[in-house]
Amino acid sequence: MELWIACAIGGLVFCGVYLILRARTFPVALGLTLLSYAINIFLFSMGRLKTGQPAVIGTSASYTDPVPQALVLTAIVIGFAMTAFLLILSLRAYVILGTDHVDGSEKNKQEAP
Amino acid sequence: MSHLIVVPFILPLLIGALLSWVKDEHISLQRNISLAASLALLVVALLLLSMAEQGGVQVYSMGNWHAPFGIVLVLDRLSALLLATTAMLALWVNFYAVAGDDQRGRNFHALFQFQLAGINGAFLTGDLFNLFVCFEILLIASYTLLLHGLGAERLRSAVHYVILNLVGSSLFLLGAGLFYGVAGTLNMADLARFVAQAQGDEQYLLQAAGWVLLLVFGLKAAFLPLHFWLPRAYASATAPVAALFAIMTKVGLYAILRMTTLVFGGQTGAAAGFGLDVLFVIALLTMMLGAIGAFAAGTLHSMLAYLVLVSVGTLLAGISMGSEAALTASLYYLLHSTWGIAGLFLLADLIAKQRGKLKGILRTGAPLLTPARLGALFFVGAVATAGLPPFSGFVGKLSLLQAAQGIQQGFLWVTVLLASLVVLLALSRAGSVLFWQHTGAIDEHARFSTPAFVSAVALIGSGVLLVIFAEPVLAFCQASAQQLLQPELYLQQLTGE
Repeated sequence: MELWIACAIGGLVFCGVYLILRARTFPVALGLTLLSYAINIFLFSMGRLKTGQPAVIGTSASYTDPVPQALVLTAIVIGFAMTAFLLILSLRAYVILGTDHVDGSEKNKQEAP
Repeated sequence: MSHLIVVPFILPLLIGALLSWVKDEHISLQRNISLAASLALLVVALLLLSMAEQGGVQVYSMGNWHAPFGIVLVLDRLSALLLATTAMLALWVNFYAVAGDDQRGRNFHALFQFQLAGINGAFLTGDLFNLFVCFEILLIASYTLLLHGLGAERLRSAVHYVILNLVGSSLFLLGAGLFYGVAGTLNMADLARFVAQAQGDEQYLLQAAGWVLLLVFGLKAAFLPLHFWLPRAYASATAPVAALFAIMTKVGLYAILRMTTLVFGGQTGAAAGFGLDVLFVIALLTMMLGAIGAFAAGTLHSMLAYLVLVSVGTLLAGISMGSEAALTASLYYLLHSTWGIAGLFLLADLIAKQRGKLKGILRTGAPLLTPARLGALFFVGAVATAGLPPFSGFVGKLSLLQAAQGIQQGFLWVTVLLASLVVLLALSRAGSVLFWQHTGAIDEHARFSTPAFVSAVALIGSGVLLVIFAEPVLAFCQASAQQLLQPELYLQQLTGE
């Protein structure tokens, strides 16, 4: 299971970084989302991977670590809000600046005058 | 356990929530509440400062869950000092904004208070994950504050700023997760204890986590390879926002200071001195780059933004030298640079409002409406920032230069003096263009607002006060530096209960 989780995190980070390096706001927002998924799974696995165990201490002999689960929950909420904000900001920038390039202007257009 | 410790975090949060319910039509009600809250925050911060002055580290356990299991707020001299710096800055910035800039967008005061809550929380928390949460609070407030007043230039810089900081937040979680995975705790004091005993592979993983976090804090502090967002963002922000942002880079530097002195502190064996040499080189390069940028800047605002970089470089140099004298000098310089730069940002806005369409562009334009007052204030601010006697920049830089030892001494002296010279040239060139070279008549839309001017005077005037009261301030900074270099006290209070 560890190997598969590691591969999943690696794959998500790979796609996320690739998309973030695209210079358009929508792919960047998608890339950030993928990156935050990867980080969330990573955080989750930091409590060690176990299946079918309660996240409560004292009810059974072994248990899963509840702290990373709480951390992931916080991270998801914050990440969700930030992504929503980024999308609205990108829309606003697209409408006002007339381009979805992250620099707010197209390189090619500068050659015209 | 005094409940006063939690107030700087809770009060702005509550007031911010309250203010977001007050509609923008009731602007005077908003202003009164906001100003009263900022004043109350200053009083609380000063009380906390006197509490910290008595020595010892105060711990506030949320919900009475003790460290390392519960979330704790920790008040030591350093956090008290930074809280007071922030509160003082916030009060004057708030006073400036009330003169009219708060109406250029919506919900300014609510966002302002949320930003303060995030900053204060970051200074107080003793827990790595809570530091992340406070960073997020201050960031999301700063995103919207940066956009205050809208406009194409602000949108452009905000897109960069938001994307970069979102990547930074992801990396923060990565670092914090790595720390938890290895050490099983996120309490900074508990982490420090663990790092000291770590063996073999654990040590390497902890160092990797440390480097990841250093990268994140570096992005906030904006040192060399991570600084690209700063000049554009600070130059395009509305004046009160840019002035408040003067403390934002210091939040990153504060976190670095905690990492180097506490988590990877002096007594932690093989991990001691973690990354300091690299930071020193980066600091010098940042300082130089900031000075060159300031010299090359075409507008007053972007010049000031590069001056922020110079101050970041200077502070980082002090932190990376790590000795008691160097930290003392850095803390003193931190006070000076935060208030001084913030004051200059406010002053730049006052000047821009009297120059018609040219605004802050450094070209010959119409004469100013009130050149004497603004010019005198610019002169004081410029002399203090460049580090010439008799103002605070001189005391700060001199004590930093004196603190340097060994091979670092030569490099530091050359860089600081060279950077100061370039900054001085840039400031004097800007001053002569703004105040001495002009054509035509005074711009008909030129305005002068006395309350706004008073805030700028108060912040820049701190440079004079910091010299008059240099002895007690330096004594407090020295005591803070001593406390930082003896993390045993911090550890005892957290885990000895």
